[in-house]
Amino acid sequence: MLDEIRDLYQEVVFDHNRNPRNFRVMDDATRKIDGFNPLCGDRITLYVRLKDGVIEDVSFQGQGCAISTASASIMTEVVRGLTEDEAHDLFQTFHRITTDQDHEIQLEELGKLAVLAGVRAYPARVKCATLAWHSLEAALKEDAETAVSTE
Amino acid sequence: MKTATIHTLHRQTSDETFNVDRIRADFPILAQTVHGKPLVYLDNAATTQKPRAVIDAIRDVYECHYANVHRGVHTLSQRSTDLFEKAREKVRRFINAGHAHEVIFVRGTTEAINLVAQSYGRSNVSSGDEILITAMEHHSNIVPWQMLCEQTGAVLKVAPMNRRGELELDAFETLLNGRTKLVAVVHMSNALGTINPVQTVIDLAHRRGIPVLLDGAQGVPHLRVDVRALDCDFYAFSGHKLYGPSGIGVLYGKEALLNAMPPYQGGGDMIRQVRFDKTEYNVLPYKFEAGTPSIADAIGLGAAIDYVETIGIDTIAEYEHRLLSYAAQRAAHIPGLTPIGTARDKGAILSFTLERIHPHDIGTILDHLGIAIRAGHHCAMPVMEFYGVAATARASFAVYNTFQEIDVLMEGIQQVIEVFG
Repeated sequence: MLDEIRDLYQEVVFDHNRNPRNFRVMDDATRKIDGFNPLCGDRITLYVRLKDGVIEDVSFQGQGCAISTASASIMTEVVRGLTEDEAHDLFQTFHRITTDQDHEIQLEELGKLAVLAGVRAYPARVKCATLAWHSLEAALKEDAETAVSTE
Repeated sequence: MKTATIHTLHRQTSDETFNVDRIRADFPILAQTVHGKPLVYLDNAATTQKPRAVIDAIRDVYECHYANVHRGVHTLSQRSTDLFEKAREKVRRFINAGHAHEVIFVRGTTEAINLVAQSYGRSNVSSGDEILITAMEHHSNIVPWQMLCEQTGAVLKVAPMNRRGELELDAFETLLNGRTKLVAVVHMSNALGTINPVQTVIDLAHRRGIPVLLDGAQGVPHLRVDVRALDCDFYAFSGHKLYGPSGIGVLYGKEALLNAMPPYQGGGDMIRQVRFDKTEYNVLPYKFEAGTPSIADAIGLGAAIDYVETIGIDTIAEYEHRLLSYAAQRAAHIPGLTPIGTARDKGAILSFTLERIHPHDIGTILDHLGIAIRAGHHCAMPVMEFYGVAATARASFAVYNTFQEIDVLMEGIQQVIEVFG
């Protein structure tokens, strides 16, 4: 009966929601940022350790829905080892596939992120999927401990 | 105020005077499917659907009678004015105000509270004074007072509630003092369903000469409201939660208070005479109704009140109470479901969380089953904080909901739990 929402709630999403990867505090983070989605109350604290322009380590803590938790978890897996520029490009790709209805999705270019492409059919949930990414984008841009909001 | 508590836990209870099928037929929007399933609309605390009588009344205004009010000498203007003022009289009768001119048309509850904060508040509250609210207020009965406090140097005080979501009356009373200039309390909480003991609240405040505003956004659709019996000083509510249009609401205020208050906004309709050196304000209620009002929506609100009165607000309250009792009873059998807000005196709102499942996920999956609920903080972030949750899922009932829809909801919740395994 619920087959039609499996494009949003794929098994991979449930897996990351149940067992989020890199779900920990990072003591030696060089950047730390608090993300907040006032619409649903989701909160994320993102930790990044940057060295010579490369994301050496990334982790998160927080409380959110399955979509935002899975998205944050998957993001931490895919951006580790990337340069700041590469992470920024990936943010833009992710943002495009989750928000741009007209864009043809090339699932190959997304790799692991493809499981979240289904969110574009749920405009009310897009912000859940992009919260972690907006937080990362802000963390890479700024040195200070600041807060980011998806509203 | 409230109808007698009836603990009827059997959905099969026969009721000869109440035919929900007939009522559902009055609401065209309900007869549709969402994601291939019959719509089960349980987001009534956010806004209610409109009966055909309201839709027809608004269409009728625009097709037959519409012109600006209180201005023209021409026929349509006169007709519009008559209908508009008739709607005001319907509101007066519905809440049992003493005079029609104590009924101020505003956009909604939020604007009504802002009006009191800025007009009454700015002229009666000064540095060191206190405004007393409760821990269960909607943002619209918090933020306007915070703004007033910033402007005047007054202090916002918050009366606590217990874990059931009930106002702690003793603590409330001790917070009343010589500096308290206004008490603003929600009649029925939108996040918890709690019905506050507003009569006691008013009596306690009045004993100290403190005026009381009631936020009736949820109160008016679910309870009989008699502003004179309550003796409240201000009562605010919205049309759209009472089966009426959005964009129209009411501030009731006692004549003497309203007369002493300065206008909220300046403009047309609220003046008697304008000169560049001095302007003379219009009388009540027009003093507070600057600009062209939401004419058709006010008339639509009048039609909504007529509709509610044909069923009877007490009949509605009693039926909704049975729905709530049944829903609460069924919810209690779902493992991992925690009701948020278990006040002994409660209106038709079932707010809950599910273990390890975020309310937004609940909302999305239920939507796929055709069930509309609200997931979020319900514009009551301090309430969420009190319960240590980011959000809750909320099913809220109205006169057109059925016991069978509650069964669908409960089966849907079971499916959510299965999907998330």
